[in-house]
Amino acid sequence: MTDEMMDDEEGGGGEVKTFLYVNRKAPYGTIYALESLEVVLIGAAFEQDVSMLFVDDGVYQIKKGQDTTGVEMKNFSPTYRALEMYDVEKLYVDRESLEARGLTEDDLIVPVEILDTEQVQDLMESQDVVLSF
Amino acid sequence: MLHTVNKTPFERNTLDTCLRLAKEGSVLLLIEDGVYGAMQGTSAEGKMKQALHDHAIYVLGPDLKARGLDEGKIIDGIQVIDYGGFVDLAAGNGAVQAWL
Repeated sequence: MTDEMMDDEEGGGGEVKTFLYVNRKAPYGTIYALESLEVVLIGAAFEQDVSMLFVDDGVYQIKKGQDTTGVEMKNFSPTYRALEMYDVEKLYVDRESLEARGLTEDDLIVPVEILDTEQVQDLMESQDVVLSF
Repeated sequence: MLHTVNKTPFERNTLDTCLRLAKEGSVLLLIEDGVYGAMQGTSAEGKMKQALHDHAIYVLGPDLKARGLDEGKIIDGIQVIDYGGFVDLAAGNGAVQAWL
């Protein structure tokens, strides 16, 4: 496919919107975390400005040391480390959620920016689209 | 922006997190099991009254009715809307954050 065709498919200008994916569920217990990852990758493929935010039990999604061999489920935690290759580099964690679970930045498998409550509020308000999982 | 909450405040922390992370001036809408949080006389009443200082709060009427909840017993200041009102809120407040 030529570059011109690509431009046409993007509607001539390729308007880039800010997308925030808010993750509040632990992995494995429900399908939310995995579904979120898949949608994030779709958004990134369309070259949108993607950020991810981890709140409440969502912080467990990026906990180090996940090993699902005993539960016969796919360990998708390595995917978070691959997000960088898809230009998804803005990963944010709610400080209160992290601390409430006895975790620190050292417990996480990816580099993140840790935000205070007011910074999370402002992050959400600054987005064109918010998708919640 | 518009924040929707669809979980009961008595089983989950969804409402608490919404109230903590919703910026002052943003709009809240309680739907589905979230509507239990709109009622007077519950353990959630205090935080809802506090939240009314910072937010306009709405509750979806059909979801109240479905659960046998009396519109006359919702917390003063929370406004009951129908599906048309839901559409107006979604269309008129920028991005929507659905607290699940």
